[in-house]
Amino acid sequence: MTLKTEDVRNIAHLARLQVDDESIERYATDLSNVLVLVEQLNQLDTSGITPMAHPLDATQRLRDDAVNETDLRDKFQNIAPDVKNGLYRVPKVIE
Amino acid sequence: MATWETVIGLEIHAQLATKSKIFSGASTAFGTAPNTQACAVDLGFPGVLPVLNAEVVNMAIKFGVAIDAEITPNSVFARKNYFYPDLPKGYQISQFELPIVGRGQLGISLDEGVSKIIGITRAHLEEDAGKSLHDEFPEQTGVDLNRAGTPLLEIVSEPDMRSAKEAVVYARKIHALVQYLGICDGNMQEGSFRCDANVSVRLKGEEKLGTRAEIKNINSFRFLERAINFEIERQIDLIEDGSKVVQETRLYDADKDETRSMRSKEEANDYRYFPDPDLLPVAVTDDDINRIRASLPELPEQKRQRFIVDLQLSEYDAEVLTSSRETAIYFEKTLAQLPDQAKQIANWILGELSAALNKADINIEQSPISPDGLSNLIARISDNTISGKIAKQVFEAMWQGEGSADSIIEAKGLKQITDTGAIESLIDQVIADNPDQVDQFRAGKEKVLGFFVGQIMKQSKGKANPGQVNQLLREKLNKGRE
Repeated sequence: MTLKTEDVRNIAHLARLQVDDESIERYATDLSNVLVLVEQLNQLDTSGITPMAHPLDATQRLRDDAVNETDLRDKFQNIAPDVKNGLYRVPKVIE
Repeated sequence: MATWETVIGLEIHAQLATKSKIFSGASTAFGTAPNTQACAVDLGFPGVLPVLNAEVVNMAIKFGVAIDAEITPNSVFARKNYFYPDLPKGYQISQFELPIVGRGQLGISLDEGVSKIIGITRAHLEEDAGKSLHDEFPEQTGVDLNRAGTPLLEIVSEPDMRSAKEAVVYARKIHALVQYLGICDGNMQEGSFRCDANVSVRLKGEEKLGTRAEIKNINSFRFLERAINFEIERQIDLIEDGSKVVQETRLYDADKDETRSMRSKEEANDYRYFPDPDLLPVAVTDDDINRIRASLPELPEQKRQRFIVDLQLSEYDAEVLTSSRETAIYFEKTLAQLPDQAKQIANWILGELSAALNKADINIEQSPISPDGLSNLIARISDNTISGKIAKQVFEAMWQGEGSADSIIEAKGLKQITDTGAIESLIDQVIADNPDQVDQFRAGKEKVLGFFVGQIMKQSKGKANPGQVNQLLREKLNKGRE
């Protein structure tokens, strides 16, 4: 499988990564090579093997439903770039 | 003119009624100061790990068992990737390929005893996002992340509904069910229960589904019906004018009663789901399922059957009384005081009480008349202390907070007159005052009896026992006949 430059642009946009035009070709080649490498796995016969969702052969530990976090808003907001009235502020999302 | 068929599927987000969040120990309490309940995990700080809340898993299984669904033995959490300021991690933890609840179903009752099975495709667990406040600042958007990480159960139906009305019946049934199960408080104003509707139209008889639009932002059952009906009209108009329905997300605007396109989300539909490496598969054993099944409360359907079979209520009464958990609780509390008066109690709850609640626009759990209060009133009717007619007067006074049925009857002197002597003298008086009508009756005009009863009841201010009045009156009038 090979990626076209448009694919790279789209993926970069979805991931909010800024990629300049001269690098696009190189990314397309490099990423395509990664995909070729991964595709080699398809040569293995995996019929009859249960797909796994996680490399660890374990199941999720659960915690009791209890509130054990305290209000640390001041600390968190101290390192945020823009805060007012207890709210985090971001550029206007809708026009 | 073509005849159109509407196809509707619903996605319902029920907020699970846990104390803490799905992946962190922050509180889920509603209405606290912004960002005071958003901990490092909810904020997506580097290095934090989600740890799943056991209660969330229990609640999802409860729902699955209640709709006869397959519970997935090893369900998997996945990342749904998109960017929005109220989603701190840049992805929402949700379930994609292996949701905890698989295919199930729910029966709904439509008009005239017609019922229908609605398929439920799946129900999966996910975390809620935060809240964006667009009007808080002139140039910026404010973000409150208290809601981020709140557990949600997203319940996805099959496209099995054919009208806005059916969609509302189904949504109400799910709403009642999650409350019966105690897994969601059902508060729509606070956003604990939210509906998105997928609506499409096609020509009757057509197999293929039409292009659908997804309507979001519906926060009441009334708006759900209106939004769907608006959308049906819009789509039919489009097609009949020769254009096409575009697959898109639309927002319902309750003020204008219309849906409109949400332009900004068009490109965002590539969510690139993949299994979340921070979370392991969730194991659910048959023992877990059996334990939860055994712990389930009586469900609306079972309750409805019991009301019909054991209490001999009508299908209609049983349906309405069990349609909400609160109404059923109110009924059963009243019934506990008067076990042999089920029909009377049903009549009062579905009649006077419902009317008064509707008029005051409050829910049954806010009723100024308690189940004990109502049972006291009904007891006074059945022991002949007051007539049914006077009871309505007493009910009104109780509603106004004037006291218990007993104290109101006492204070207003409303006790029924059952003393034969007293009733006879009232009758004698009315007979003496209306010789013309007496002659008419004796000439065979039976109808005049009603006139006499009316006069006597009026004289007694409604307090004479109607049964005794009828009997004694007839005796007296007939005596003169011979």
